Amino acid sequence: MIGATLELIIAALLVLGGIFGLIGSYGLLRLKDAMQRLHAPTKASTVGLGAVLIASAIAGDSWREVLVTLFIFLTAPLTALYLAKTLIHSHINPADVPPAANGAKWAAQPPVAQKD
Amino acid sequence: MIRKIFPHPYLSLTLGILWMLLVNKLAVGSFVMATILAIAIPHISAAYWPERPRLVRPMALLGYIGLVLHDVVVSSITVAKIILFMPPAQIKSAFITVPIDLPSPEAITLLAGTITMTPGTLTVDIAEGGRSLLIHSLHAPDPVSIRDDIKSRYEARLKRIFA
Amino acid sequence: MIALALTFAIGCFAVALLLNLWRLAFAPTNTDRILSVDTMVVNGIALIVLYGIKTASGINFEAALLFAFTGFVSTIAFAKYLLRGSVIE
Repeated sequence: MIGATLELIIAALLVLGGIFGLIGSYGLLRLKDAMQRLHAPTKASTVGLGAVLIASAIAGDSWREVLVTLFIFLTAPLTALYLAKTLIHSHINPADVPPAANGAKWAAQPPVAQKD
Repeated sequence: MIRKIFPHPYLSLTLGILWMLLVNKLAVGSFVMATILAIAIPHISAAYWPERPRLVRPMALLGYIGLVLHDVVVSSITVAKIILFMPPAQIKSAFITVPIDLPSPEAITLLAGTITMTPGTLTVDIAEGGRSLLIHSLHAPDPVSIRDDIKSRYEARLKRIFA
Repeated sequence: MIALALTFAIGCFAVALLLNLWRLAFAPTNTDRILSVDTMVVNGIALIVLYGIKTASGINFEAALLFAFTGFVSTIAFAKYLLRGSVIE
């Protein structure tokens, strides 16, 4: 049904995807700072899922999987942005955040935090 | 005439391609349905799209997407290395302000998404007026070089694509 | 060879789901809880797709797509709730 080279590519993609998915979830446990933990799933898990979906597209000879890949890659930054906003709203000391250019305020910070 | 049928050409193109991907077979029937949807949906939802994004070089966007895909793979390998092998005490995270000078909201959104998906950085916040982005970097021994890298690698390209 | 790689990948994502569950149960902040649920959705989609490869049926695709949609919306709704105190204002 499918050639040996193609089979090798699919197997490699599956193994890579599994490893990246595992690393993403492991990073969620291992990293110490709340902001650092945001990095692990948004990158590693997304790429892991992408690799699995491409493998599925090649194995099933269909291109619908591209849709899921596209959707995941478009929404991962949005999710990360929203979660970062919740963190900066509640857990980050405003003094740790550098000021914006030209004295503008950051959108997620409460107005009082910009006094000093 | 063609402007009247396709008020939003890029939206129509995206809708058509999405439909073809969804039905998952190349047939004349599904192509006709894709064309109908590509014409109808932009007209029905016209009230929500008062303006259309101005792309100066649409073809350069394809090159940009290729660059970002390459960087996504590189970035996940970088992050994976940091997660697996770097002792937590040695990871130096930092917030970085990146001043931006992009003309349209679409370009800023694209830049913010790109930053999140590329090596070790995450967009956290945008300033009032959209003139700077707040970025968190997972491991930043040299914050200035990261800022300059984003400006030269992504922002300069986006400036050429969007008017 | 594909069968072996498939088993390995399914094992990886299953362990990843367990790690997420651990993080969900013992999370330092509420944001970590949302993040771990979001990662669980991503790993769940991967498991669905892998099962689809294993059974060689295209029927799992819709499940994966719908799971991706609902996962994204629920994550944003949770985050919005933490940020603003209500989801729809």
